[in-house]
Amino acid sequence: MLKAEFNKRLPQFDLQAEFRMDREIVAIVGPSGSGKTTFLNCLAGTVAPDSGRIELGGRVFAEEGRKPLRIQERRVGYLFQDYALFPHMTVRENILFGLPGKPEPLHVKELTELLGIRPLMDKYPHEISGGEKQRTALARALAMKPELLLLDEPFSALDDETRLRCRNELMRIHRDWQIPVLMVTHSMDEARRTADCIVRIEKGRMAELPIPEASL
Amino acid sequence: MTVPDLSPLALSLRVAFLSTLLAAVTGIALARVMGRREFPGKSAAEAMILLPLVLPPTVVGFGLIMLFGVNGPIGRLLEDWFGIRIVFTWIGAVIASFVVSLPLMYQSVQAAFDKVDPRWENVARTMGVSEWRIFRKVTFPLAWPGILAGLVLAFARGLGEFGATLMIAGFIPGETVTVPLAIYFSYEAGRTGEAMFWVVLITLLGLAAITWLNGWRRKTSRRRGRE
Repeated sequence: MLKAEFNKRLPQFDLQAEFRMDREIVAIVGPSGSGKTTFLNCLAGTVAPDSGRIELGGRVFAEEGRKPLRIQERRVGYLFQDYALFPHMTVRENILFGLPGKPEPLHVKELTELLGIRPLMDKYPHEISGGEKQRTALARALAMKPELLLLDEPFSALDDETRLRCRNELMRIHRDWQIPVLMVTHSMDEARRTADCIVRIEKGRMAELPIPEASL
Repeated sequence: MTVPDLSPLALSLRVAFLSTLLAAVTGIALARVMGRREFPGKSAAEAMILLPLVLPPTVVGFGLIMLFGVNGPIGRLLEDWFGIRIVFTWIGAVIASFVVSLPLMYQSVQAAFDKVDPRWENVARTMGVSEWRIFRKVTFPLAWPGILAGLVLAFARGLGEFGATLMIAGFIPGETVTVPLAIYFSYEAGRTGEAMFWVVLITLLGLAAITWLNGWRRKTSRRRGRE
């Protein structure tokens, strides 16, 4: 279980996180600048909360008075908004960067097959399409077998058809891997179609929206 | 015109190569520390690194004599402990070139590191990759075009250093005479042809370096434009 109860001062307001989730897909929705990405960054460890506590499956990520757990030790997969693929590495090198000197593990082979990116393994990011980049970044985020997957606007740069395909792949991976997935999106429609639960952030305050209400 | 003794060219290349190597290691380490850490006196430390850029080379040379001269604190230590003399040796020329080329290397590397999107480093961290491996495999290769520009600038500055070199290394033929010193003293002695030979040679070297760097940059920016 992920438990995050923390406070982070932002220029306009305080992000006051009170959040719990199990192994479901949770969508975080809210207007631009409401603190969605900062919330993900605090969980990943790229931003430190000012106070409070973050815990995943009994492992404490951050707690007042203690040094936060290093990003490298959190086992959190993170898919950035525009994917942030390493431009000087091939698709294969991007995906296996966290597993140096080892033969390609079986789960990575299965993952790349499922995502349909095996034929792209020797290409560079500038040689593949937006949808292929998204799938490469997803495979990279999952290659380390994370215990939590964070997705920041994962489908925003994709056309409708690719978005539908990527969303289905994500839901299938979630079904197979059974890890908590936290997805930031500005699209309520996308949140409804993908997530088991929707949380709205507005000016740093979080509120869970029941799915039926969110569907209205 | 007879071809003059080529020892100034060999010495200049040796001095420029070694001073660039020193400036590269020091400049990269300093840019990394200054870019990542906050500490008291950081601004003053940065000003000290950049100072040789705005000082006349003779002032730098004077400062080096004060430090590395036989009565200077570092010079005396080196001579007493290791028997190494800096003043009026080619090592002095390397130190002079290093001090004046370090600010150029530092500025280029710092700008190059700043251009590397921190998200790439953060992605690598979420993959469990160590900081040292991130530096070697992500930050350094992505900053390489800027680092290379710094290397070329530092090498060119080292090759052309005159004032500080003359003050600390002096004019000892075969030992401390680099190409810029050879040009000055040949001309002073009325050997205009010899001075011209060195002028043409050093100009061609400089042109070749700039042409190569520009071509390489255009090639790299075309490749990056597709990313």
